[in-house]
Amino acid sequence: MQVIIVLIAASLLVALGFLAAYLWAVKSGQYDDKYTPSIRILFDENKKAKDTGKKSS
Amino acid sequence: MEQKELLERLVETKENCYHCGDECPDNSIRLIEKVFCCNGCKTVFELLDENNLCNYYSIDKNPGTTRKYHTKRNYDFLDDADLRQKLIDFSNGVKTNVTFDIPQIHCSSCIWILENLYSLNSGIISSKVNFLQKKLFITYLEKTTSLKRIVELLDSIGYEPLLNLEDKKEEKAKSHYKSLYYKIGIAGFCFGNIMLLSFPEYLSINVAQHEELKKIFAVLNIILSLPVFFYSSIDYFTSAWKGLRKKIINLDVPLALGILVLFLRSIIDIAFLNGAGFLDSLAGLIFFLLIGKLFQNKTYETLNFERNYKSYFPIAVTVHKENKETTIPVEKLKVGERIIVRNNELIPADSILIKGNANIDYSFVTGEAIPVERKNGEMIYAGGKQVGSVIEIETIKEVSQSYLTQLWNSKAFKKESLSEESGITAFSNLVSKHFTYAIIALSIIAGIIWSSDSTLAFNAVTAVLIIACPCALALTSPFTLGNTLRVFGKNKLYLKHTHVAEALASIDTIVFDKTGTITENGTANVSFVGKELSEEEKIIIKSAVRNSAHPLSISISKFLSAERFLVPTNFKEETGKGIEAEINGSVVKIGSKNFVDAKYSDEILSTQVFVSINSKFLGYFEIANKYREGFAGLISSLEKNYNLVLLSGDNEGEKENLRKLFGSMAELHFHQSPHDKLNFIEFLQKKGKKVLMFGDGLNDAGALKQSNIGLSISDNTNNFSPACDGILDSKSFNRIKDFITFSKTSKKIIVAGFILSLIYNVIGLAYAFSGTLSPLVAAILMPVSSITAVVFTTLSVNITAKKKGLL
Repeated sequence: MQVIIVLIAASLLVALGFLAAYLWAVKSGQYDDKYTPSIRILFDENKKAKDTGKKSS
Repeated sequence: MEQKELLERLVETKENCYHCGDECPDNSIRLIEKVFCCNGCKTVFELLDENNLCNYYSIDKNPGTTRKYHTKRNYDFLDDADLRQKLIDFSNGVKTNVTFDIPQIHCSSCIWILENLYSLNSGIISSKVNFLQKKLFITYLEKTTSLKRIVELLDSIGYEPLLNLEDKKEEKAKSHYKSLYYKIGIAGFCFGNIMLLSFPEYLSINVAQHEELKKIFAVLNIILSLPVFFYSSIDYFTSAWKGLRKKIINLDVPLALGILVLFLRSIIDIAFLNGAGFLDSLAGLIFFLLIGKLFQNKTYETLNFERNYKSYFPIAVTVHKENKETTIPVEKLKVGERIIVRNNELIPADSILIKGNANIDYSFVTGEAIPVERKNGEMIYAGGKQVGSVIEIETIKEVSQSYLTQLWNSKAFKKESLSEESGITAFSNLVSKHFTYAIIALSIIAGIIWSSDSTLAFNAVTAVLIIACPCALALTSPFTLGNTLRVFGKNKLYLKHTHVAEALASIDTIVFDKTGTITENGTANVSFVGKELSEEEKIIIKSAVRNSAHPLSISISKFLSAERFLVPTNFKEETGKGIEAEINGSVVKIGSKNFVDAKYSDEILSTQVFVSINSKFLGYFEIANKYREGFAGLISSLEKNYNLVLLSGDNEGEKENLRKLFGSMAELHFHQSPHDKLNFIEFLQKKGKKVLMFGDGLNDAGALKQSNIGLSISDNTNNFSPACDGILDSKSFNRIKDFITFSKTSKKIIVAGFILSLIYNVIGLAYAFSGTLSPLVAAILMPVSSITAVVFTTLSVNITAKKKGLL
C-alpha cells in the first residue's frame, strides 16, 4: 500500500502545478481581457509592408 | 441585372467616405481614387498612408470616425507636471505607463492601428488595447516623446482620449475581481483533491487494516482545507461581521456560522473521534458559493455608471493673468480668475462674461441642444459649452460650489448603497434573519433532546448547523438576479448591480424627465406658422438651411420637401442668431426674431425660427418636441398601477400635450431646477414612495441618485450618462413595463427557489436531529441542493423570459 502514498504525492504535485499555472495566468492579467486577444491573433505581422506598398502605388 | 448591381456598388463606393463610411456631400475631396467626406478624414488617411499603415483600411471597411465636427484642441495643459502625475499610472523617469479611455474604439481596425502606434511615434515602446473596456495602455520613453505628444497623435488619427482624473478608482475594483479568481481557483483545487481523498469513505471501503493510510488521508484533507477556510471563505466572515455590527443579519451570517461549524467539527472529528469529517462538503460549499458570486459580480465592463460632473468637465483651464495665458488644473481654479474658453470648451465654474460673443450650449445640463446667447456682464453657469469664438470669463464661484456642481455636495451622493439606505431591503436579508433564529433555536432543541449523551448532543447540534447552512438559499438569489440582469441586457437595459433588478419589483412611483428622456433628441415636430409657402420659397429656404449644421436647421431641412436645391451665392451663418444667404437673387434670412427683424409679438412658449425673404417677413417654423415612439402606449399601461410624475426643467409650452398624454392623475411639474428635482424625489420618498426615475442630462444627476432606482436613458450607451443605477437604451424605452413585470417574476422565482432549498434543509434536518449525519449524506445533500437551486432558477428565468418575449 506504500505505493498509494507515492501516487497521491505525485498526483498532488501535478495538481499543484496546474494550480500554480492558473494563479500565474490570473496574476499576469490573462483574465482581465478575454476578448481582445482573440482579435489580435488574427493580425498578420508581415502583411503591413506588402499590402500598403500595393495600395499606395 | 448584374450591371445594375455593379452600378449600385459604384454609386455606393463613390458616396461613402473611405475613412469613416459617412455619406459624402459631394465627391470633391479625393485622393488616389478614394473619396472622403471631409478634409479631416483625408488628413488621417494621408498620415496613415505616409507611415505604411493602410492595413487599417483593409481589416474592417471604413473603420474611422468622422472628422467633420472635429475641432483641434489645445493640449498644452498636459505639460503641467502636477496634472501629468495624476494621469499616468507609473513612471520611473525613463519609462512611463499610461492608460487612456478611448470611446471611439469599435472594430478590429481600431485595435490594429492603436497597437501599431509605435510606427507613428518612435517614443512609444508598446501599446495594448482592451477592447471591451475601450482602454489603451501605453508605455513610452520620456526622453523621446511626451504625454502631450501622444495625446495629440491619438487626437490626430481620430482616437481622442477622454482625459479625467476620476478613473483611478476602477483599479481597486479590478483587483477585487482578481482576488475572486484566486479564491475560486484555490477552492476548486482543494475541493477536487479533498473529494479524491474522501473516496474511500464514500465507498465505505474497509480501511481498517490500513489504519495509517486513513490517518494520512485525513491529515492531507485538513491541510488542503486550510487555504479554503482561511483564504477562500474569508469574505463571508467579514461580510457577516460587518452585518452584525450594523445589527443586520444578512445571509452571510448563517453561511459563516455553517462554514465555521463545518470546519471545527471536522477537525474535532478527525483529531479525536477517528472520523472523516465534512471537509469535502466545506470545500464544495465554498467553491459553489464563490461561483455564484462570480456570476453575480459580472457586470457590463464597457459601461460606466459612476460618472460625476468631473468626467464631463475639462481637467485644465486656460487662465489669463497679467497678459499671459497659462494652463492650470481645474481644481486649482479660484474665484475671481479670468479664464479663456474656446470653441467647444466647457465652462468649468459659474462665471461672468467679460469679453466676446458667448453662445452657450447647455445640452449637457438641460438636454436642450439650442445654444443661448449671453451678453457681457451676464452670468454663465457651469456645464455650458461655448459654441463659436473665444470668450473670456471671470469666475465668481469655485468649481465645486457652482450652481450645477453643488448637486454633488448634497447628501444623496453620500449615501452608501441602494439596499441599505433607500428602504428597499433585499428579500434574502429578510429571510435570513428568520432563518438564522430558526436554526439556532433548532440546534438548541437538538442539544436538549440528546443532553443525556454529550457526544451525541455535540453531533446533533453541529449537524443541524451544518445541514442548515443555506448554500442553496445563497445561490438562489445571485443566479436568479444574474440571469435577470442578462435578460435585461439582451433587451438593452443595463443594470449596474443585481440589487437593482430586485428593487425594480417594489417600485410604485415613476418619475420622468422631459427633454431627452421622453422626447427624442435630434428629431422634432416642425410646423410652419404663417402664409403658406410657395414652391419657390420652399426651395430657397431648404437650399439655405441645408448648408447649416445647426440642429434647428437640420430639423427644418428634414421637414421641408422641395424638388431641387440651389447653391447659395452668399452664405453667412452667425452663431446664435441665424443664417443669411443669397439664392437666385433673393436674400433669405432665417433665425431668431431680432435677426430676421420680424414684427411679431407673441409669448414664446415653443422654439421658433423666423424666416424672411428679401426683407419680407413670411412667418415662423415652430419646432415642438417629438415624444419617443410608443410613449403614449407606455403611459396608458403604467398609469393604472403606478403614480406617474413628470419633472421638466423646461417651460410650460407643452403642458397641454403632456396632460393629454399622461392623463389626469399624473403630476406635472415645470421649471424644475436640478435641486428642485432632487428635493421632489426626497419629498416623495418621505411619503413612503419607492421611486424609479428616468433621466438623461447632468441636471437629473441628483434626482437619479436620490431615487430608489435611477435609470438614465441614452441613445448611444457609450455616450455620457450621469451616475445612475442602470442605463436604458432609448430603443427599449417603450418596454419599461415589461422590465418591471419581469423583475416581479424574478422575485417570485427567488421565493420558489427559497422554498425548494428549504425542503432540502428539512430532509437534512431529519438526519441531523438523529445525530447520525454521515459525511456521505452531507457530501451528497449539499452539492445536489446547490445544483438544483442553480438549475431551477436559471431555467425558470430563461423560460419565463422567453414566454414574455424578452429573449
